[in-house]
Amino acid sequence: MFDFSIVTSWIDSMLRGVMPAWAALTIEYVLIGVVILLVYALIALSLIYMERKVCGAFQCRLGPNRVGPMGIFQAVADMVKMLIKELIYIRNSDKFLFKLAPFIMITASVMAFGCLPFGRGLHVLDFNIGIFLLLSVSAVSIVGVLLAGWASNNKFSMIGAMRSGAQMISYELSLGISMLTMVMLAGTMSFSGIVEAQADGWFLFKGHIPALIAFIVYLIAGNAETNRGPFDLPEAESELTAGFHTEYSGLQFGFFYLAEYLNLFIVSAVAATVFLGGWMPLHIPGWEGFNAVMDYIPSVVWFFGKTYLMIFVLMWFKWTFPRLRVDQILTLEWKYLLPIGLFNLMLMAIIVIFGLHF
Amino acid sequence: MGVINYFKTLFGAIATLLTGLKTTITVFFRKKTTQCYPENRSTLKISERFRGTLTMPVVDGKTKCIGCGICQNACPNGTITVITRSVVNPETGKAKKELDRYIYDHGSCTYCQLCVNACPYDAIKFTPEFECAVFNRNKLVMQLNPVVETEEVKPNVEPENK
Ligand code: SF4
Ligand code: SF4
Repeated sequence: MFDFSIVTSWIDSMLRGVMPAWAALTIEYVLIGVVILLVYALIALSLIYMERKVCGAFQCRLGPNRVGPMGIFQAVADMVKMLIKELIYIRNSDKFLFKLAPFIMITASVMAFGCLPFGRGLHVLDFNIGIFLLLSVSAVSIVGVLLAGWASNNKFSMIGAMRSGAQMISYELSLGISMLTMVMLAGTMSFSGIVEAQADGWFLFKGHIPALIAFIVYLIAGNAETNRGPFDLPEAESELTAGFHTEYSGLQFGFFYLAEYLNLFIVSAVAATVFLGGWMPLHIPGWEGFNAVMDYIPSVVWFFGKTYLMIFVLMWFKWTFPRLRVDQILTLEWKYLLPIGLFNLMLMAIIVIFGLHF
Repeated sequence: MGVINYFKTLFGAIATLLTGLKTTITVFFRKKTTQCYPENRSTLKISERFRGTLTMPVVDGKTKCIGCGICQNACPNGTITVITRSVVNPETGKAKKELDRYIYDHGSCTYCQLCVNACPYDAIKFTPEFECAVFNRNKLVMQLNPVVETEEVKPNVEPENK
């Protein structure tokens, strides 16, 4: 299987050969930043297109099919439209915070995006506490939502922000606990370690019952974390127009929009990495021929395939279930997900201690 | 009891959620109902009940309309104007009202179908014909009963209202 670290170390040694180390590092940082932002935008566009197609199919219609073949340029056209729209600032709003909020949202999601292992050796940040870092930086987006709602000086925005504050902070717990369960099984918090540990079978199969429960808890909590249906009450259209981003227009609205889709991508990518082996191909112990064939598929394809599969599942949820009420959301978290998650953590501890996993 | 109830709710909820997911995924793979108009213009299927244009079916050169004007009164928009004339029956010598012109202003119709429901003789009905765009608003005003070109050959004709 192709190892991307060959390419990256080649670039590194080449740059260091012609210039001092600090200059080489600076250039590499800039390069990585540009590449990450480009990939970020491309993924967001693809997700917007996918969402509209999938939503259409779930509603028994075709979705966009006019701009370009199969409508693939629809998202691009929407983006251009959004870029040339006027930025409107509300009188009596807190100008500084109003402008700051979209940047906090987008920064949080770009930082979390940087933690993901995209393929073998294709990894921007590989900390030994990777999962911890990812959970904490993605949690920063709550601040962006709260600021946006507060600074807009609008009742709808304020209600939306308060709701999302209550919701995101609660679900952060379940998210962390389900991650903790898997970290216990993996014995490491670094993404590369977690992926390597799944070389002989994905954690979803290795950890059997507790892993499956953690997976379901993670999907529900992750879905709530991204503020998407059925947990989209921070921006419930029918009651709050658009919730915390009601007052935003043009590019600033675009930032929120991008961040929403990228959070979806990040949640799915983490699910794919931690439960489904990330870029690790499907390996079944004992089937050597099968494993060798699977190794021929590039690791990036595995990663994106699994991630888009998870995204599809989350979209399936979104277009199936009706929106919950705010008290129902909190009941679900505090009375069901959290106790189940804690119990599951104990179960996993027992299984790991007695070596009952595969 | 509380504990049993708790798990009952939990598993009941999971079962119903799965039912929902199953329903939507069948719709996902179902044939899509979207009509790609105008590409499929020749094969376009529109529901019989679609209200496109008001028409007055003509059977053997005659319509069923007796010119009672009930539809005109039923219309909330003043879309219909029924113009009648009085015709003297040559056998009995009695004068009788009959339809002269049935004017329908497509531009102000809201397709509420009150006129069709009100008509006691089922003389008018909606057809799914929907390509009604014209360049001039006057062209939207049409006469629904067959236009008689030569008015002069009918001697007893005199329009009653208007
Ligand atoms: S459909 Fe409604 S608006 Fe149109 S002509 Fe009949 S009564 Fe009038
Ligand atoms: S269409 Fe029907 S309701 Fe209208 S004038 Fe004719 S018979 Fe009367």
